[in-house]
Amino acid sequence: MNTKRRKDVFRKKATPYLYLSPTIILMFILLVIPIIMVIRYSLFDNVIINKNPQFVGFANYAAVLKDKTFWIAVKNTLYFVIVSIIAHLIIGMVFALVLNTRYLNSRTKGIFRVLYALPWMFTASVIAILWRMMLDPNGILNYLIVTMGISEKNIAFLAKRDIALQAVTLINIWSGYPFYMISILAGLQGISTDLYEAASIDGATTIKTFLHITIPQLKPILISLLMLDFVWTLQQFALIWMTTGGGPVNATETVSTYIYKQGFTKYQYSMASTGAVILLIVCTIIGIFYVRQQRSEG
Amino acid sequence: MVGKKKVWVKVLVIIVLILGALWAGFPILWMFLNSFKPNAEIFAWPPVWISKGFSFGAYKAIFTNPEQVRFFINSYVIAGLVVILTLFIGIMASYAFSRFNFVGKKVINTVIVAVQAVPPITLLIPYLSLIVTLKIYNTFAALVLTYMVFTLPYCILMTTGYLNTLPKDLDEAVMIDGGSRWRALWKILVPTSIPGLVSVGMYTFMQAWNEYLFALALTKTNDMRTVPVGINLLMGQHSYEWNQMMAMSVLGSLPILILFLFFQRYFIAGMTAGSVKS
Repeated sequence: MNTKRRKDVFRKKATPYLYLSPTIILMFILLVIPIIMVIRYSLFDNVIINKNPQFVGFANYAAVLKDKTFWIAVKNTLYFVIVSIIAHLIIGMVFALVLNTRYLNSRTKGIFRVLYALPWMFTASVIAILWRMMLDPNGILNYLIVTMGISEKNIAFLAKRDIALQAVTLINIWSGYPFYMISILAGLQGISTDLYEAASIDGATTIKTFLHITIPQLKPILISLLMLDFVWTLQQFALIWMTTGGGPVNATETVSTYIYKQGFTKYQYSMASTGAVILLIVCTIIGIFYVRQQRSEG
Repeated sequence: MVGKKKVWVKVLVIIVLILGALWAGFPILWMFLNSFKPNAEIFAWPPVWISKGFSFGAYKAIFTNPEQVRFFINSYVIAGLVVILTLFIGIMASYAFSRFNFVGKKVINTVIVAVQAVPPITLLIPYLSLIVTLKIYNTFAALVLTYMVFTLPYCILMTTGYLNTLPKDLDEAVMIDGGSRWRALWKILVPTSIPGLVSVGMYTFMQAWNEYLFALALTKTNDMRTVPVGINLLMGQHSYEWNQMMAMSVLGSLPILILFLFFQRYFIAGMTAGSVKS
């Protein structure tokens, strides 16, 4: 009797772990172990290639931090991320506000909401090829620019060192804003109309209402969006890899393409791992803030 | 005065609406139009909108090339497996989170939330040796398992939320009748949360269908490649057959577009879950 009860208690305690076991096993093998491995790699010289790698401490970190290309990549990444997320926020906000006005009927709103959300549905390789075609020196955008007299000559957007980064950022802006638009729209619909009525009774202008009611009400959503997007854009690899591959020369090199090239074209796996750990640390710090933000809301 | 202001706002709204439509829609329209043109007209100056040589030739070329058809089959199989396995394992984990208190709950939960911030490229380098050690390099298993690291957390967080909204009386009723917890979960709780699970499933499908980095680095032979990698392969191979690349892009985007157009509400619910708390 006593052993049976003890068995029951044990079974009850074990049940949640049984339900979680596939998740825990998967996450242990494919998340925890790889993270330990990559940190270990970053402390040894030339792993994977070398059969007996030597422990070198933080020498790889010193090498990466001394590498000029790495700092170019950091600078480009910061430009890419900051311009992207600000543009995402502005475009997403404008579209959401337009789709939320009383001046449109719900059918029109529905159609345009679908249309505006479309860029989010395409995979990076489709977006990359599509924009390579449009930004080609003989492409449609150059046709518009030349015929409208904005530029006299055709511009090779993705092949010129001084504008390639802007061009890649533009592509990323196009592909990323719908996430903001949809989220902000959901947020706007959640704001109580009483607040707006009270403001209009007080005679507040549209701009004042926007600044003092809409923005504060949306603040938690906006902070979450910016943090998620910051992490995602920081990690963006596919789009840059398939449009410019980090070139011309290092003009669009970002931290992701830097890591990939160190590993997969130069076979410097220790250097790649070091870059990967640095990226992981930055993302983890933002991740911690994101988790806190989510907790404090919920 | 008020009337004038209203007209002004209305005009502004319509201008933004049209500019927005051009910005969002034109590139996509251009992709469709170019997939029906002969290759020589893609960069015609002035641009040709609808070609006299309008044809489905580019699509036919894709469908009759077994290598490219294979990319699609691979993508469907991999995305399908990822959805099924993610939902199965994710539902089990969510049940544990929703119905039990146990030691380590908070830690495991934090890890699951934090995974969303882990850059895939950080995991890629160790994966390369890990996947070789597990003897699954260049197989579907390599992609399905690694994709699940990124699809599971979202699934678990969302599904736990749905299960939390269902009263515990539901599963207890089954257990009083002599049914097991397992039965309560799959016979009662899961059928009740179908709408939520559809959202999760579609988002998972989209993540798996669109993945590029792992598909590029963890497979080697063309018969294992997925659509995103396949589209990019077209660039080098066929000396820029732009019409075929556009046709393949259209075909490669179609599954997601169809899901989006027909299940818009579920899709949007999935998209906003990360940032909007209802």
